[in-house]
Amino acid sequence: MLTEAIAALHRQPPVLVAVGASAGAAQALGQLLPKLPPALPAAIVVVVHMPPGVPSALPALVRSLCPLSVVEVDDKMALEPGTVYTAVPDYHLLVDDGPTAALSADPPVARSRPSIDVLFESVAETCRERALGILLSGANDDGAAGLARMRAFGALTWVQRPDTAEMTAMPEAALARAPHLALAPAEMGDALAAWGRSHG
Amino acid sequence: MTTPIDDPPGPTEAGEAADDLDLEIDLLLEAIVRKYSYEFRDYARASLRRRIRGALDAFGFASVSELQHHVLRDRQVFTTLLSRLTVTVSAMFRDPGYYLALRREVLPMLATWPSLKIWVAGCSTGEEVYSLTILLDEAGLLERTHIYATDINPEALRTAAAGVYPLARLAQFTRNYQQAGGTRSLADYYTAAYGNAAFDRRLRARVTFSDHSLATDQVFAEVQFVSCRNVLIYFNSRLQDRAIGLFHDSLVMHGFLALGSHERVEGSTRARGFRAVSRKDRIYQKVPYAD
Repeated sequence: MLTEAIAALHRQPPVLVAVGASAGAAQALGQLLPKLPPALPAAIVVVVHMPPGVPSALPALVRSLCPLSVVEVDDKMALEPGTVYTAVPDYHLLVDDGPTAALSADPPVARSRPSIDVLFESVAETCRERALGILLSGANDDGAAGLARMRAFGALTWVQRPDTAEMTAMPEAALARAPHLALAPAEMGDALAAWGRSHG
Repeated sequence: MTTPIDDPPGPTEAGEAADDLDLEIDLLLEAIVRKYSYEFRDYARASLRRRIRGALDAFGFASVSELQHHVLRDRQVFTTLLSRLTVTVSAMFRDPGYYLALRREVLPMLATWPSLKIWVAGCSTGEEVYSLTILLDEAGLLERTHIYATDINPEALRTAAAGVYPLARLAQFTRNYQQAGGTRSLADYYTAAYGNAAFDRRLRARVTFSDHSLATDQVFAEVQFVSCRNVLIYFNSRLQDRAIGLFHDSLVMHGFLALGSHERVEGSTRARGFRAVSRKDRIYQKVPYAD
């Protein structure tokens, strides 16, 4: 599985890695992010379900876990390689041409804003096959539709192996909907690291 | 060795369908500007796609071309579409921390002008406008202030001018008001009847609601404060730049500009004409160009 993942990254190098997670995100990200090299040749955007009205704890968490620069996203920010961009509470995060970040205050989707489906959908249409979608632990089915959409556009799509997830509903919903590569978060990190190093 | 997961990249059916969708959206926007003079061609594409797809579902149309067919023949379809493309439902005192910053850092400065003009650009259904009038009232400034509240959507402007909101929303408005440092009870400002809260005519009396497009219209007044929150996120960079240019031209020197909590002037060509008063709350002040 790991060699397959590395080969796929070489065959179609992503310019953007879109990560979605909910309950159990901290543990999954804690296994994935520390593996990443600082010079990863792709931008990373992260949507984790978060409550409205309170500042997000996500930038500090991600900063503590990886050597890449971490930015809480603003609207129209250019998404640069080697940087992690975290979603903000009360806004959907979309990826528009560039790639750039685009925020939306449209109503929550399945009670979530930011919504993982909204992110993945926009990445599918904007980046097409030049993206990697990663769906991690969570207790609902957000992300399943969006990840299937990314897959339909030819993107690489990885799902956390349910037996490694704190909450299995989200990875299971995604795997039930479309064929994705199922990996442990640490393996995802290893694959990205192996690919990133060969590019650096 | 080759599994479906290993398919090499190439044109996909989904990709072709998305190209067609974008083409149809271009044609629809062209049709709208020629028939109705509403300009959406510089709206941010990713959000616009979502909203148009949402409209297709709501209308039950199978394609954007079908939507265009009806938009061109039925003004009511266009009116409904206009609302779907423009209305952002906000809450009174959304981001209470921002209103606290206004109270503490901006109102004392505004108080130094003998009379005040304020522009709320893209006021939608008016929640922001009434929040501001209450803030001004509590600072003793309302009686010498005039607010221009503008939007491109006549239906949203009518809702805004009525100042009537469902009581069900008032619990959240009240919570926000208190967190925003409100000095009274929000209930002092409205009358509840028939499941609605009607805001005071005294607040409304200081406001002119009018039609204005940030995409096609020009500056119409000189103001000390521009509030334009969560409007620019729906624009592409070019249109954002135009809008920020209008704000800059409209503001008196040392006047203030407030944007949404994740919008910024930093990317615009006028960035050097502003300084951040509160970077966290996205409150800026017009300053002389530093060359």
